[in-house]
Amino acid sequence: MQPAVAFLHTYSINPSMLSILKNELLKTYFKWRTYIGFIAILILVPLVEIALKLEGGSMIKGMTRSLEKDFFFVGNLFNGYFVTQLIMNSLWVHIPFLISLVAGDQLAGEATGGTFRLILIRPVSRSRILFAKYLTTLFYAFSLVAFLAALSLGLGVAMFGVGDLLVAGRELAIISQHEALGRMCLAFGLAIWSMWCVASLAFLFSSFVENAIGPIIGTMTVMVVFLVISNMPTSFFVPVKPYLFTTYLNVWQKALEASIPWETILHHVVILGCFSVGFYVATWYIFVKKDIVS
Amino acid sequence: MSTEVILQTYHLSKRYKNRWAVKDVNLYVHRGDVFGFLGPNGAGKSTLIRMLLSLITPTEGHVELFGSRLRGHRRAVLSRVGGLVERADFYLYLSAKRNLEVVASMRGGVPRHAIDEVLEIVGLTDRGGDRVKTYSHGMKQRLGIAQALLGDPEFIILDEPTTGLDPQGIKEVRELIRKLSTERGITIFLSSHLLSEIEQTATSMAVINAGTLVVQGRVEELLTSGENIVRVDARPSEIAKQVIDRQPYVLGISATNGTFTVKMPLEKAASLNAALVHAGVEVHSLVPRRSLEEYFLSITEGASDTLPGRKP
Repeated sequence: MQPAVAFLHTYSINPSMLSILKNELLKTYFKWRTYIGFIAILILVPLVEIALKLEGGSMIKGMTRSLEKDFFFVGNLFNGYFVTQLIMNSLWVHIPFLISLVAGDQLAGEATGGTFRLILIRPVSRSRILFAKYLTTLFYAFSLVAFLAALSLGLGVAMFGVGDLLVAGRELAIISQHEALGRMCLAFGLAIWSMWCVASLAFLFSSFVENAIGPIIGTMTVMVVFLVISNMPTSFFVPVKPYLFTTYLNVWQKALEASIPWETILHHVVILGCFSVGFYVATWYIFVKKDIVS
Repeated sequence: MSTEVILQTYHLSKRYKNRWAVKDVNLYVHRGDVFGFLGPNGAGKSTLIRMLLSLITPTEGHVELFGSRLRGHRRAVLSRVGGLVERADFYLYLSAKRNLEVVASMRGGVPRHAIDEVLEIVGLTDRGGDRVKTYSHGMKQRLGIAQALLGDPEFIILDEPTTGLDPQGIKEVRELIRKLSTERGITIFLSSHLLSEIEQTATSMAVINAGTLVVQGRVEELLTSGENIVRVDARPSEIAKQVIDRQPYVLGISATNGTFTVKMPLEKAASLNAALVHAGVEVHSLVPRRSLEEYFLSITEGASDTLPGRKP
C-alpha cells in the first residue's frame, strides 16, 4: 500500500474505524473510573454555588470597593455568569487531574489488564487502534468540560440569575448581559481545546508505562511545575516560557477580556494544537514500536 | 498429512539487552497439523508465539504465514489466524458477549450468530451475558479459546491453554482441541511445558530449550526414535545387576545411587521384571522411558543432557 493511501486508510472515518471507535467508547464509558470526574463535578459545583450563595456577596463588594469612589455599580453583578467564571478556575488543576484519570488509563490500563494481547493480534493496525483510543480520550475531555459548563451555568443562572459579567483580571472588565452567554460559550470552547492538550500529554505518558498511576502523577507533576514556571513573574524564566504548553492554557480567559483579542487567541490555539499533535505523534511512535511483553 | 506449510520461521531471534530469549529458530507447521510446541518454563515459547502474532518485533529473522511475510502483510495474514497468548485476559467489567464483540470488531465484524456459535463450542452459552469478572479461571480459558475461534480462522495459536485448569478442565480443553482439528480442519499450534499433553494431543511437535530449537518432527517418530531406557530400582543391587546383564536384549547398563539405567527396547520391560522377580530380586520400581521423554525430563530438571534425536 502506498504510504499516503495507508495514512488515509488509518485516519479516515470509515465503517471499520467507526466500529473500533464505538468499542473504545464502550470500553471507556462502561468503566467506573470514567464517572469519577463527572461525580466530582456533580458534587463540587453545587457545593461551591451554595457556599457562594451564602457568603458570596462580600466577594463582589471586595472586588469593587476600591472603584466605588469613581464608579457607580448597578444591576446584579453577583450572577450565574460571574459564579461560572469563578468555577472555571478549576481548569488549572482540578479538571486536568480528572482528565488524566481516564486519558492516562487508555493505554496503561490495557497493559495492566493484559488485554493488549487480546486486541493487538487482530488484523487491524496499531495506528488505527491508537487513533480510536485518542479520539475516545478527546471525547471524554470534551464531555467532562461540557458537563462542567452545563452544570455550572445552568445551576448558576438558576440560583443567581443573569446580569453583566464582572471579570477581574489584570484589569477589571464588565461584559454586558446580552454578550455574556456567548463569551462563556467561547471560553468553554477554548477550555476544551486547552484540555485536549492536557489529555494528549496524559495519553503520551500512558504509552510509557504499564499502570495508570504513573501517567496521572506524571501529567500532574508536569502541569504543576510548568504552570508555576509559566506564571512566575520573574525574568529568569522568560526565555523558557514560550516552549511550555502551560503558557498557552489560559486561552479561555482571553474570551472574557473586555475586547476579544482574536489574534492572541488564534496564536494560542495554533500552538496548543501543535503541542497536542506533537504529543500524539510521540505516542504513536512509542506505541507502534512497543513490544507487548506484559 | 498435507504438505502445505502454513507457518514457517526463518532464523527467528529475539534479544533482550544481552540475553537471547529466542535464537535462530527455523520452525514449520503443515496445514491440518496439531503442532505441539514443547519447552520448559522460560524456554522462549511465549516470546516466539508473540513474534508469530506480531506482539513482539523479532531482532533477527522473519515469520511467514500462508506463504506471505508477516511483516508487510500483517492484516491479510492475521485475518486468517486466531490466538490465545498465555493467560486469557478480558475486559472484566464487560460481559463475555461484549468482549467477543470487541474482538469481532477488530476482525472487521462477524455475524451475530458467530458469537453465539463460538460460545456454544466452548460451552459458555448460558453465561454469555455475565460479566467476565464473575468467571472462574477455567471459564476464562474457554472464553479465550472462543475468541480465538471468532471469524473462522484457518490457524489457531494457543499458548499453554490448560495452565491453571483442574483435571476436568484440562480434559475438556484437550477434547476441544482435537474436535477443532478433526471436525473443523483447523491447524492448531499448541504450546505446553507438559510432554504428556503434547503426546496426547499433537500430531507433530518441536522442542525448544533456552531459546533454541532442539528437535522437530512427527510425534510418533520422535517418541520412538533413539535409544529408549528403563530405570530399575531393585534390591539386592548386586544380584539385580547380574540378572540385568544376562538378558540378551540389554544394550547397556549404568548405575547411579542404587538405580540402574538400562538401555533396552521398551517392549521388553515386562520380561526384565519377570526375570528379576524369578531370581528373587525385590523390584521397587521399573520405569520405561523413551529417549525424548528422558531428554525432556533432563532439561526440565536442569540437567545438561543432549538429545540422541535429530535436528530439523
